[in-house]
Amino acid sequence: MVQSLDYLKETASQTAGPYVHIGLIPKQAGFDIFENNFTNIMADENTRGERIVIEGRVVDGTGTPLRDALLEIWQANSDGRYNHELDRQRKGEVDADFRGWGRTGIDFDTAIYRFETIKPGVVGGRNGRDMAPHINFWIVARGINIGLNTRMYFDDEQDANAVDPVLNLIEQTERRKTLIATRDDSGPMPVYRFDIVLQGENETVFFDV
Amino acid sequence: MEFYQRDRTLQPAGYTPIYKTSVARSPRQAMLSLQGSLSESTGPVFGQNELGPLDNDLIRNYAKDGDPIGERIIVHGRVLDENNRPVPHTLVEFWQANAGGRYRHKKDTYLAPIDPNFGGCGRALTDENGYYFFRTIKPGPYPWRNYVNSWRPAHIHFSVFGSGFAQRLITQMYFEGDPLIKECPIVHVIPDEDAINRLIAPIDLNGSIPLDTIAYKFDIVLRGRRSTLFENRLEGN
Repeated sequence: MVQSLDYLKETASQTAGPYVHIGLIPKQAGFDIFENNFTNIMADENTRGERIVIEGRVVDGTGTPLRDALLEIWQANSDGRYNHELDRQRKGEVDADFRGWGRTGIDFDTAIYRFETIKPGVVGGRNGRDMAPHINFWIVARGINIGLNTRMYFDDEQDANAVDPVLNLIEQTERRKTLIATRDDSGPMPVYRFDIVLQGENETVFFDV
Repeated sequence: MEFYQRDRTLQPAGYTPIYKTSVARSPRQAMLSLQGSLSESTGPVFGQNELGPLDNDLIRNYAKDGDPIGERIIVHGRVLDENNRPVPHTLVEFWQANAGGRYRHKKDTYLAPIDPNFGGCGRALTDENGYYFFRTIKPGPYPWRNYVNSWRPAHIHFSVFGSGFAQRLITQMYFEGDPLIKECPIVHVIPDEDAINRLIAPIDLNGSIPLDTIAYKFDIVLRGRRSTLFENRLEGN
Protein backbone atom coordinates (compact mmCIF):
# COMPACT_ATOMS: atom_id res chain seq x y z
CA MET A 1 0.00 0.00 0.00
CA VAL A 2 1.06 3.57 -0.57
CA GLN A 3 -0.35 6.84 0.67
CA SER A 4 -3.56 7.88 -0.97
CA LEU A 5 -3.84 10.90 -3.22
CA ASP A 6 -6.56 13.11 -1.86
CA TYR A 7 -7.91 14.39 -5.13
CA LEU A 8 -11.63 14.41 -5.72
CA LYS A 9 -13.07 13.11 -8.98
CA GLU A 10 -14.75 15.37 -11.48
CA THR A 11 -18.54 15.05 -11.51
CA ALA A 12 -19.75 13.09 -14.53
CA SER A 13 -21.44 15.00 -17.31
CA GLN A 14 -24.98 14.27 -18.44
CA THR A 15 -26.79 15.50 -21.51
CA ALA A 16 -28.39 18.93 -21.34
CA GLY A 17 -31.50 17.27 -22.78
CA PRO A 18 -34.23 18.65 -25.03
CA TYR A 19 -35.45 21.20 -22.47
CA VAL A 20 -32.14 22.93 -21.75
CA HIS A 21 -33.84 26.19 -22.73
CA ILE A 22 -35.92 26.19 -19.54
CA GLY A 23 -32.88 26.56 -17.35
CA LEU A 24 -30.54 28.61 -19.47
CA ILE A 25 -32.68 30.63 -21.89
CA PRO A 26 -36.25 30.35 -20.55
CA LYS A 27 -37.69 32.82 -23.05
CA GLN A 28 -36.99 30.33 -25.80
CA ALA A 29 -38.82 27.64 -23.79
CA GLY A 30 -41.82 29.97 -23.98
CA PHE A 31 -41.97 31.83 -20.67
CA ASP A 32 -40.59 34.84 -18.87
CA ILE A 33 -39.25 34.35 -15.36
CA PHE A 34 -35.97 36.18 -14.73
CA GLU A 35 -35.52 39.94 -14.65
CA ASN A 36 -32.09 39.58 -16.17
CA ASN A 37 -31.51 37.10 -19.00
CA PHE A 38 -28.24 35.98 -20.52
CA THR A 39 -28.26 36.46 -24.26
CA ASN A 40 -26.45 36.31 -27.58
CA ILE A 41 -25.93 40.10 -27.71
CA MET A 42 -22.45 40.49 -26.25
CA ALA A 43 -21.48 44.05 -27.14
CA ASP A 44 -23.11 47.35 -26.28
CA GLU A 45 -22.52 50.82 -27.71
CA ASN A 46 -19.44 51.32 -25.52
CA THR A 47 -17.66 48.09 -26.39
CA ARG A 48 -14.47 48.62 -28.35
CA GLY A 49 -13.82 46.76 -31.56
CA GLU A 50 -15.40 45.80 -34.85
CA ARG A 51 -19.04 44.72 -34.54
CA ILE A 52 -19.66 41.34 -36.09
CA VAL A 53 -22.36 38.71 -36.35
CA ILE A 54 -21.65 35.00 -36.15
CA GLU A 55 -24.23 32.73 -37.70
CA GLY A 56 -24.41 29.09 -38.56
CA ARG A 57 -25.93 25.70 -38.17
CA VAL A 58 -25.07 22.61 -36.16
CA VAL A 59 -25.48 19.52 -38.33
CA ASP A 60 -25.73 15.87 -37.25
CA GLY A 61 -24.28 12.76 -38.91
CA THR A 62 -27.26 12.43 -41.26
CA GLY A 63 -26.86 16.00 -42.54
CA THR A 64 -29.84 17.22 -40.53
CA PRO A 65 -29.48 20.56 -38.74
CA LEU A 66 -30.14 20.49 -34.99
CA ARG A 67 -32.88 22.74 -33.70
CA ASP A 68 -32.50 22.07 -30.00
CA ALA A 69 -28.82 22.70 -29.26
CA LEU A 70 -27.47 25.42 -27.00
CA LEU A 71 -24.19 27.19 -27.73
CA GLU A 72 -21.96 29.34 -25.60
CA ILE A 73 -18.95 31.29 -26.75
CA TRP A 74 -16.03 32.79 -24.85
CA GLN A 75 -13.60 35.20 -26.39
CA ALA A 76 -11.00 37.90 -25.87
CA ASN A 77 -11.72 41.56 -26.55
CA SER A 78 -10.40 43.55 -29.49
CA ASP A 79 -7.02 43.92 -27.74
CA GLY A 80 -6.78 40.17 -27.29
CA ARG A 81 -7.43 40.38 -23.55
CA TYR A 82 -9.80 38.11 -21.67
CA ASN A 83 -11.96 39.73 -19.01
CA HIS A 84 -10.55 37.48 -16.27
CA GLU A 85 -8.00 37.90 -13.49
CA LEU A 86 -5.73 35.15 -14.83
CA ASP A 87 -5.13 37.06 -18.05
CA ARG A 88 -1.91 38.88 -17.15
CA GLN A 89 -0.81 39.64 -20.69
CA ARG A 90 1.19 42.85 -20.84
CA LYS A 91 -0.72 44.38 -23.72
CA GLY A 92 -3.91 46.28 -24.33
CA GLU A 93 -6.60 46.67 -21.70
CA VAL A 94 -9.58 44.81 -20.32
CA ASP A 95 -12.81 46.33 -21.67
CA ALA A 96 -15.27 46.97 -18.83
CA ASP A 97 -18.08 46.92 -21.41
CA PHE A 98 -17.29 43.46 -22.69
CA ARG A 99 -17.56 40.26 -20.66
CA GLY A 100 -16.67 38.17 -23.68
CA TRP A 101 -19.29 35.48 -23.11
CA GLY A 102 -22.59 34.80 -24.83
CA ARG A 103 -25.23 32.11 -24.93
CA THR A 104 -27.93 31.23 -27.43
CA GLY A 105 -30.24 28.46 -28.54
CA ILE A 106 -30.58 27.40 -32.11
CA ASP A 107 -33.75 28.88 -33.60
CA PHE A 108 -36.49 26.22 -33.60
CA ASP A 109 -37.77 27.37 -37.02
CA THR A 110 -34.72 28.39 -39.02
CA ALA A 111 -32.18 26.01 -37.40
CA ILE A 112 -29.71 28.92 -37.31
CA TYR A 113 -27.77 30.18 -34.29
CA ARG A 114 -26.60 33.77 -34.07
CA PHE A 115 -24.30 35.88 -31.89
CA GLU A 116 -23.66 39.61 -32.05
CA THR A 117 -20.23 40.43 -30.72
CA ILE A 118 -16.92 42.06 -31.64
CA LYS A 119 -13.98 40.58 -33.42
CA PRO A 120 -11.31 39.48 -30.92
CA GLY A 121 -7.63 40.31 -31.15
CA VAL A 122 -4.57 38.07 -31.10
CA VAL A 123 -4.10 36.26 -27.76
CA GLY A 124 -0.76 35.13 -26.41
CA GLY A 125 -0.45 31.36 -26.44
CA ARG A 126 1.86 28.85 -24.81
CA ASN A 127 5.62 29.35 -25.02
CA GLY A 128 5.24 32.86 -26.35
CA ARG A 129 3.50 31.81 -29.55
CA ASP A 130 0.58 34.06 -30.44
CA MET A 131 -2.80 32.53 -31.21
CA ALA A 132 -4.72 33.92 -34.18
CA PRO A 133 -7.99 35.69 -33.34
CA HIS A 134 -10.47 33.00 -32.38
CA ILE A 135 -13.65 32.34 -30.46
CA ASN A 136 -14.12 29.36 -28.14
CA PHE A 137 -17.34 27.38 -28.65
CA TRP A 138 -19.12 24.99 -26.30
CA ILE A 139 -22.08 23.01 -27.62
CA VAL A 140 -24.60 21.00 -25.64
CA ALA A 141 -27.84 19.31 -26.68
CA ARG A 142 -30.01 16.28 -26.34
CA GLY A 143 -27.87 13.36 -27.52
CA ILE A 144 -24.59 15.09 -26.59
CA ASN A 145 -23.35 13.40 -23.43
CA ILE A 146 -20.60 15.86 -22.64
CA GLY A 147 -20.25 19.40 -23.96
CA LEU A 148 -18.23 19.70 -27.16
CA ASN A 149 -15.40 22.24 -27.33
CA THR A 150 -14.18 23.75 -30.55
CA ARG A 151 -12.81 27.04 -31.86
CA MET A 152 -13.81 29.40 -34.62
CA TYR A 153 -11.13 31.24 -36.58
CA PHE A 154 -11.56 34.01 -39.18
CA ASP A 155 -10.99 33.61 -42.93
CA ASP A 156 -9.68 37.19 -43.22
CA GLU A 157 -6.80 36.39 -40.84
CA GLN A 158 -4.86 34.14 -43.17
CA ASP A 159 -1.39 35.18 -42.02
CA ALA A 160 -2.21 34.76 -38.33
CA ASN A 161 -4.02 31.48 -39.00
CA ALA A 162 -1.01 30.12 -40.87
CA VAL A 163 1.14 30.30 -37.72
CA ASP A 164 -1.56 29.59 -35.13
CA PRO A 165 -0.22 26.90 -32.78
CA VAL A 166 -3.58 25.17 -32.38
CA LEU A 167 -4.55 25.05 -36.07
CA ASN A 168 -1.07 23.71 -36.76
CA LEU A 169 -1.63 20.84 -34.35
CA ILE A 170 -4.27 19.44 -36.69
CA GLU A 171 -2.39 16.83 -38.63
CA GLN A 172 -4.86 16.58 -41.53
CA THR A 173 -4.51 20.06 -43.01
CA GLU A 174 -7.83 19.67 -44.82
CA ARG A 175 -9.60 19.44 -41.47
CA ARG A 176 -8.28 22.85 -40.35
CA LYS A 177 -10.83 24.40 -42.69
CA THR A 178 -13.63 23.13 -40.46
CA LEU A 179 -12.63 25.78 -37.90
CA ILE A 180 -12.51 28.76 -40.24
CA ALA A 181 -15.56 31.00 -40.58
CA THR A 182 -16.36 32.76 -43.83
CA ARG A 183 -16.89 36.51 -43.84
CA ASP A 184 -19.85 38.02 -45.69
CA ASP A 185 -19.91 41.80 -46.09
CA SER A 186 -23.13 42.05 -48.07
CA GLY A 187 -25.30 43.15 -45.13
CA PRO A 188 -25.28 46.07 -42.67
CA MET A 189 -22.90 44.21 -40.33
CA PRO A 190 -20.18 41.76 -41.29
CA VAL A 191 -21.40 38.21 -40.83
CA TYR A 192 -19.10 35.27 -40.23
CA ARG A 193 -20.73 31.98 -41.17
CA PHE A 194 -19.61 29.06 -39.11
CA ASP A 195 -21.31 25.68 -39.41
CA ILE A 196 -20.48 22.94 -36.94
CA VAL A 197 -20.66 19.37 -38.23
CA LEU A 198 -20.99 16.86 -35.41
CA GLN A 199 -20.20 13.76 -37.44
CA GLY A 200 -19.25 12.43 -40.85
CA GLU A 201 -17.90 14.22 -43.89
CA ASN A 202 -16.36 17.58 -42.95
CA GLU A 203 -16.70 16.73 -39.27
CA THR A 204 -15.62 19.71 -37.18
CA VAL A 205 -12.43 19.31 -35.20
CA PHE A 206 -13.34 19.11 -31.51
CA PHE A 207 -10.87 19.58 -28.70
CA ASP A 208 -10.24 17.71 -25.49
CA VAL A 209 -9.33 20.86 -23.59
CA MET B 1 -2.86 27.88 -14.46
CA GLU B 2 -4.17 25.15 -16.65
CA PHE B 3 -6.48 22.37 -15.51
CA TYR B 4 -5.72 18.75 -14.80
CA GLN B 5 -6.41 16.56 -17.76
CA ARG B 6 -10.03 15.46 -17.78
CA ASP B 7 -10.38 11.82 -16.70
CA ARG B 8 -12.32 10.43 -19.64
CA THR B 9 -12.69 7.04 -17.93
CA LEU B 10 -15.20 8.69 -15.59
CA GLN B 11 -17.02 10.64 -18.30
CA PRO B 12 -19.48 9.35 -20.89
CA ALA B 13 -18.21 8.81 -24.40
CA GLY B 14 -19.94 10.68 -27.19
CA TYR B 15 -21.17 7.57 -28.98
CA THR B 16 -23.36 5.54 -26.63
CA PRO B 17 -25.89 3.42 -28.58
CA ILE B 18 -28.02 2.68 -25.49
CA TYR B 19 -28.92 6.37 -25.62
CA LYS B 20 -30.13 6.41 -29.20
CA THR B 21 -30.05 10.14 -29.86
CA SER B 22 -26.29 10.11 -29.27
CA VAL B 23 -25.69 7.93 -32.33
CA ALA B 24 -26.09 10.63 -34.98
CA ARG B 25 -24.88 13.46 -32.75
CA SER B 26 -21.49 12.12 -31.65
CA PRO B 27 -18.21 12.88 -33.41
CA ARG B 28 -16.45 9.90 -35.02
CA GLN B 29 -12.99 11.44 -35.19
CA ALA B 30 -10.83 11.52 -32.08
CA MET B 31 -10.86 14.78 -30.19
CA LEU B 32 -7.61 16.69 -30.46
CA SER B 33 -5.98 17.08 -27.05
CA LEU B 34 -4.99 20.67 -26.31
CA GLN B 35 -2.70 21.87 -23.59
CA GLY B 36 -4.40 24.69 -21.75
CA SER B 37 -3.95 28.27 -22.90
CA LEU B 38 -5.63 31.45 -21.71
CA SER B 39 -8.59 30.51 -23.88
CA GLU B 40 -9.35 27.51 -21.70
CA SER B 41 -8.07 28.65 -18.30
CA THR B 42 -10.16 31.83 -18.21
CA GLY B 43 -13.93 32.05 -18.27
CA PRO B 44 -16.86 34.39 -17.66
CA VAL B 45 -17.41 35.97 -14.25
CA PHE B 46 -20.91 36.68 -12.92
CA GLY B 47 -22.09 38.94 -10.10
CA GLN B 48 -24.85 38.71 -7.52
CA ASN B 49 -26.30 41.91 -8.98
CA GLU B 50 -27.22 39.93 -12.10
CA LEU B 51 -29.55 37.65 -10.14
CA GLY B 52 -32.96 38.42 -8.70
CA PRO B 53 -33.96 37.83 -5.06
CA LEU B 54 -36.21 34.85 -5.94
CA ASP B 55 -33.92 33.25 -8.49
CA ASN B 56 -33.05 30.40 -6.10
CA ASP B 57 -36.62 29.83 -4.89
CA LEU B 58 -38.51 27.72 -7.42
CA ILE B 59 -41.49 27.51 -5.06
CA ARG B 60 -41.98 31.27 -5.36
CA ASN B 61 -40.25 32.48 -8.50
CA TYR B 62 -43.16 31.65 -10.81
CA ALA B 63 -46.03 31.44 -8.30
CA LYS B 64 -49.17 33.12 -9.61
CA ASP B 65 -51.96 32.26 -7.18
CA GLY B 66 -50.35 29.88 -4.69
CA ASP B 67 -47.52 27.43 -4.23
CA PRO B 68 -46.78 24.73 -6.80
CA ILE B 69 -48.00 21.18 -6.15
CA GLY B 70 -45.42 18.72 -4.89
CA GLU B 71 -43.01 17.71 -2.17
CA ARG B 72 -41.23 20.76 -0.83
CA ILE B 73 -37.46 20.21 -0.93
CA ILE B 74 -34.22 22.08 -0.42
CA VAL B 75 -31.22 21.14 -2.54
CA HIS B 76 -27.91 22.33 -1.19
CA GLY B 77 -24.24 21.50 -1.40
CA ARG B 78 -20.87 22.78 -2.45
CA VAL B 79 -19.07 23.28 -5.71
CA LEU B 80 -15.53 21.99 -5.21
CA ASP B 81 -12.61 21.30 -7.47
CA GLU B 82 -10.48 18.16 -7.73
CA ASN B 83 -8.07 19.68 -5.20
CA ASN B 84 -10.97 19.68 -2.70
CA ARG B 85 -11.04 23.44 -2.68
CA PRO B 86 -14.30 25.41 -2.87
CA VAL B 87 -15.18 27.16 -6.11
CA PRO B 88 -16.48 30.51 -4.84
CA HIS B 89 -18.79 32.97 -6.58
CA THR B 90 -19.55 30.72 -9.51
CA LEU B 91 -22.89 30.54 -11.30
CA VAL B 92 -25.00 27.42 -10.76
CA GLU B 93 -28.19 27.08 -12.83
CA PHE B 94 -30.84 24.39 -12.47
CA TRP B 95 -34.00 23.29 -14.24
CA GLN B 96 -36.49 20.51 -13.84
CA ALA B 97 -39.93 19.07 -14.56
CA ASN B 98 -42.83 19.70 -12.20
CA ALA B 99 -44.16 17.16 -9.69
CA GLY B 100 -46.06 15.38 -12.46
CA GLY B 101 -43.00 15.05 -14.70
CA ARG B 102 -44.02 17.81 -17.12
CA TYR B 103 -41.71 20.58 -18.28
CA ARG B 104 -42.82 24.13 -18.91
CA HIS B 105 -41.48 24.03 -22.46
CA LYS B 106 -43.21 24.58 -25.77
CA LYS B 107 -41.79 21.29 -27.08
CA ASP B 108 -42.92 19.09 -24.16
CA THR B 109 -46.20 17.38 -25.02
CA TYR B 110 -46.40 14.84 -22.17
CA LEU B 111 -49.98 14.48 -20.95
CA ALA B 112 -49.24 15.34 -17.32
CA PRO B 113 -50.44 18.90 -16.72
CA ILE B 114 -48.42 22.09 -16.50
CA ASP B 115 -48.47 23.53 -12.97
CA PRO B 116 -49.61 27.16 -13.24
CA ASN B 117 -47.44 28.09 -10.27
CA PHE B 118 -44.24 26.41 -11.32
CA GLY B 119 -41.68 27.63 -13.83
CA GLY B 120 -39.02 25.02 -13.16
CA CYS B 121 -35.77 26.96 -13.30
CA GLY B 122 -33.51 28.92 -11.01
CA ARG B 123 -29.94 29.93 -10.37
CA ALA B 124 -27.55 30.90 -7.61
CA LEU B 125 -24.00 32.04 -7.08
CA THR B 126 -21.89 29.98 -4.70
CA ASP B 127 -20.66 31.86 -1.64
CA GLU B 128 -17.00 32.21 -0.61
CA ASN B 129 -17.06 28.57 0.60
CA GLY B 130 -18.47 27.26 -2.66
CA TYR B 131 -21.85 26.70 -1.01
CA TYR B 132 -25.16 27.01 -2.88
CA PHE B 133 -28.78 26.22 -2.02
CA PHE B 134 -32.21 26.47 -3.53
CA ARG B 135 -35.78 25.55 -2.70
CA THR B 136 -38.07 23.72 -5.09
CA ILE B 137 -40.55 20.86 -5.34
CA LYS B 138 -39.41 17.35 -6.11
CA PRO B 139 -39.71 16.65 -9.84
CA GLY B 140 -41.61 13.61 -11.10
CA PRO B 141 -40.34 10.88 -13.42
CA TYR B 142 -41.60 10.90 -17.00
CA PRO B 143 -41.60 8.73 -20.11
CA TRP B 144 -39.42 9.40 -23.13
CA ARG B 145 -38.82 7.80 -26.48
CA ASN B 146 -35.67 5.80 -26.30
CA TYR B 147 -37.23 2.41 -26.03
CA VAL B 148 -41.02 2.69 -26.14
CA ASN B 149 -41.21 2.15 -22.40
CA SER B 150 -38.28 4.25 -21.16
CA TRP B 151 -38.76 6.40 -18.06
CA ARG B 152 -36.45 9.04 -16.74
CA PRO B 153 -35.81 8.87 -13.00
CA ALA B 154 -36.68 12.06 -11.17
CA HIS B 155 -33.82 14.48 -11.75
CA ILE B 156 -32.71 18.09 -11.67
CA HIS B 157 -30.44 19.45 -14.40
CA PHE B 158 -27.42 21.47 -13.27
CA SER B 159 -25.19 23.85 -15.21
CA VAL B 160 -21.96 25.02 -13.56
CA PHE B 161 -19.24 27.37 -14.77
CA GLY B 162 -16.22 27.28 -12.47
CA SER B 163 -13.51 29.85 -13.04
CA GLY B 164 -12.29 28.68 -16.46
CA PHE B 165 -14.17 27.74 -19.62
CA ALA B 166 -12.62 24.25 -19.60
CA GLN B 167 -14.45 23.55 -16.32
CA ARG B 168 -17.85 24.16 -17.89
CA LEU B 169 -20.16 21.30 -16.93
CA ILE B 170 -23.75 20.22 -17.33
CA THR B 171 -25.04 17.27 -15.36
CA GLN B 172 -28.12 15.84 -13.68
CA MET B 173 -28.82 15.16 -10.03
CA TYR B 174 -30.82 12.08 -9.06
CA PHE B 175 -32.60 11.26 -5.80
CA GLU B 176 -31.59 8.61 -3.29
CA GLY B 177 -33.74 5.52 -3.52
CA ASP B 178 -35.24 6.08 -6.97
CA PRO B 179 -35.71 2.63 -8.56
CA LEU B 180 -35.66 4.11 -12.07
CA ILE B 181 -32.00 5.12 -11.82
CA LYS B 182 -30.75 1.61 -12.51
CA GLU B 183 -32.94 1.33 -15.63
CA CYS B 184 -32.03 4.64 -17.23
CA PRO B 185 -29.94 4.61 -20.44
CA ILE B 186 -28.90 8.23 -19.93
CA VAL B 187 -27.53 7.41 -16.47
CA HIS B 188 -25.72 4.38 -17.84
CA VAL B 189 -23.79 6.19 -20.54
CA ILE B 190 -21.46 6.90 -17.59
CA PRO B 191 -18.92 4.06 -17.65
CA ASP B 192 -18.08 4.06 -13.93
CA GLU B 193 -20.40 2.92 -11.16
CA ASP B 194 -18.89 5.23 -8.54
CA ALA B 195 -19.22 8.18 -10.90
CA ILE B 196 -22.92 7.33 -11.27
CA ASN B 197 -23.34 7.12 -7.51
CA ARG B 198 -21.83 10.57 -7.15
CA LEU B 199 -24.81 11.94 -9.11
CA ILE B 200 -27.30 10.58 -6.56
CA ALA B 201 -28.14 13.06 -3.81
CA PRO B 202 -28.81 11.60 -0.36
CA ILE B 203 -31.60 12.81 1.88
CA ASP B 204 -30.04 15.19 4.39
CA LEU B 205 -32.26 15.34 7.47
CA ASN B 206 -29.88 17.75 9.17
CA GLY B 207 -30.35 20.20 6.33
CA SER B 208 -34.13 19.91 6.46
CA ILE B 209 -36.53 22.40 8.00
CA PRO B 210 -38.64 20.36 10.46
CA LEU B 211 -42.37 20.21 9.62
CA ASP B 212 -41.69 22.19 6.44
CA THR B 213 -39.12 21.10 3.85
CA ILE B 214 -36.88 18.07 3.43
CA ALA B 215 -33.32 18.49 2.13
CA TYR B 216 -31.10 16.70 -0.35
CA LYS B 217 -27.37 17.33 -0.47
CA PHE B 218 -25.56 17.48 -3.78
CA ASP B 219 -21.88 18.37 -4.15
CA ILE B 220 -20.40 19.05 -7.56
CA VAL B 221 -16.72 18.62 -8.38
CA LEU B 222 -15.10 20.58 -11.20
CA ARG B 223 -11.64 20.06 -12.64
CA GLY B 224 -8.74 21.23 -10.52
CA ARG B 225 -6.04 23.67 -11.53
CA ARG B 226 -2.46 22.56 -11.68
CA SER B 227 -0.22 24.35 -9.23
CA THR B 228 2.65 26.35 -10.61
CA LEU B 229 5.71 24.34 -9.57
CA PHE B 230 8.53 24.87 -12.04
CA GLU B 231 6.05 26.42 -14.42
CA ASN B 232 6.68 26.44 -18.14
CA ARG B 233 6.24 29.80 -19.73
CA LEU B 234 2.56 29.69 -20.63
CA GLU B 235 1.49 33.06 -21.89
CA GLY B 236 3.00 35.42 -24.37
CA ASN B 237 2.93 39.14 -23.92
